[in-house]
Amino acid sequence: MMKNCEYQQIDPRALSVLPQSAQNNTEKTVQRSRRKWEVFPGKNRFFCDGRIILASQSGVLPLTLGLIIVTCGLFFAFDCPFLVKHLTVFIPVIGGALFVFVVFSLLRTSFTDPGILPRATPDEAADIEKQIDTSGSSTYRPPPRTKEILINQQVVKLKYCFTCKMFRPPRTSHCSLCDNCVERFDHHCPWVGNCVGKRNYRFFYSFIISLSFLTSFIFGCVITHITLRSQEGKSLVQSIQESPARYPFLVICFFSIWSILGLSGFHTYLIASNLTTNEDIKGSWSSKRCAEESGNPYSYNSIITNCCATLCGPMPPSLIDRRGFLSLDEAIPAVSASEIELPPFTVKSDAHMCTQSTKDVLERMVHSYDVHGLCPPATPKTTPLDLEVSGPAAASSEPSLSAGCLPQDARQPVVPPCPPFSRSNKRRDSLHSINPAFRLASPSPSLSRTTFILGDAPDNGFIPLP
Amino acid sequence: MATEFHNLQELRHSASLANKVFIQRDYSEGTTCRFQTKFPSELESRIERKLFEDTVKTLNNYYTEAEKIGGQSYLEGCLACSTAYLIFLCMETRYEKVLKKISKYIQEQNEKIFAPRGLLITDPIERGMRVIEISIYEDRGSSGSSSGSSSVSGSTAR
Repeated sequence: MMKNCEYQQIDPRALSVLPQSAQNNTEKTVQRSRRKWEVFPGKNRFFCDGRIILASQSGVLPLTLGLIIVTCGLFFAFDCPFLVKHLTVFIPVIGGALFVFVVFSLLRTSFTDPGILPRATPDEAADIEKQIDTSGSSTYRPPPRTKEILINQQVVKLKYCFTCKMFRPPRTSHCSLCDNCVERFDHHCPWVGNCVGKRNYRFFYSFIISLSFLTSFIFGCVITHITLRSQEGKSLVQSIQESPARYPFLVICFFSIWSILGLSGFHTYLIASNLTTNEDIKGSWSSKRCAEESGNPYSYNSIITNCCATLCGPMPPSLIDRRGFLSLDEAIPAVSASEIELPPFTVKSDAHMCTQSTKDVLERMVHSYDVHGLCPPATPKTTPLDLEVSGPAAASSEPSLSAGCLPQDARQPVVPPCPPFSRSNKRRDSLHSINPAFRLASPSPSLSRTTFILGDAPDNGFIPLP
Repeated sequence: MATEFHNLQELRHSASLANKVFIQRDYSEGTTCRFQTKFPSELESRIERKLFEDTVKTLNNYYTEAEKIGGQSYLEGCLACSTAYLIFLCMETRYEKVLKKISKYIQEQNEKIFAPRGLLITDPIERGMRVIEISIYEDRGSSGSSSGSSSVSGSTAR
């Protein structure tokens, strides 16, 4: 990274054009343009250059796949030859078709974006904060941020998501395992290794239904096999003794049938009443919980319509655009927001911000610490925005700069000493900071936090830029 | 008073971003995609109310069309299910087709109506369908007129 700074400083183009575009040009020649999945803030993993998305922990997905494949393999190896001979050739055909369908549905459920909502851009977050501030109380206390809206004449509370910085749309929930807000969040399924949400609920449902059919089919065939063998003159015990190895799997199959059938039945009920597992567990729409008569506002009040809407409704597109390229417009606001919740974004996309201005920033930080103390008044001063911009950004990306810039973790426990001013100023800054022509002089809370932290670690000093 | 811009290119090169207005979602009819048609105060001096409302209403209609549950969507759903959803590898869903129509419409609106008034609409799909982001631009040369558009964000550099 330090090499990049050097490279940019001696690049002849940087002298003749605006600093920002020069950095962008040189950055592009040095690095290839990034796709959006590479800077995705949630805890997901991506494969095949963003085509496949998985949760951070695959859970027991390998186990699920393994169980299905092994059970079916044993079925095809041991039971099918006998049954083909004695019954019909369609048995392995049906078994094979079901198996293929089950595996496809499972993989589709696991590898599909469940309906992840991208996090709010800094401008949006600023706009929302501003609206909350004007309607809330004058003293700063983090209020439980809920907003009440009317859906089909029923009051629904929307919660504010502190991680994604937006009011969650109705039926959206934040999955802590994946660290994403997911639309129409049902549950996070460890067997499938992914959240089940709006976009992959139909795949999940087809997976459990087809799995119920498959397990019932296999179980039925095996029972038929044993029965037929015992009818050929051998006793039941003798038939079992002939190939004892696969019977533990039969027992597993038997027990799993009940749980899978139960789950299928439960989800069929949920679909028919247009509920999610999340809502059902919380009892959001149950009459016992709410005093007045309140049903589910999303239900179409007809079982068939509910089923069709959920399963055969239009397939919404993925909102996170994994394979899109990061545009420079997106890289710049991420830098200027100085949001601690988006460190990967700022790290990867603002390499070009490591410029000569960092040196100025560090110098000014020293001055402001000496002059302004902990809580600078909110009057316009000529503090450049670079302070807010490159401080945390540079800190999270470069170990060599971390002593001089803000260490990422240190920011978290720091309570801004002058919260009302800090918050409103910060939002103002983030709005104007997109355009370099609007380098407003309002001191930011990062400044106050910066000075506060520097007070804690004075010995680190500043790394002189070579 | 709003400065005049001749086209989208000129807007991008000669103007500077002054403010952004966000049109939020309207959930009064459920979780289907609709945006509020309430006219934001920041745009009062910039664009006629009717033009703005027409744009938002047209967008809402497009989204309703995309999410409509009817014969065609059922057919698509059943076909997809019977082919184990492999059909989506070759075929574009109806929603995606409508989204393409929407981005063309937004591009058109930007060129004809919004850019001449120093405004730019961002396609909601780029913001996760949460908001319609309208960027308000000011001419770089006229720094004195910046006060008019930044009323929401409070004081500007003076």
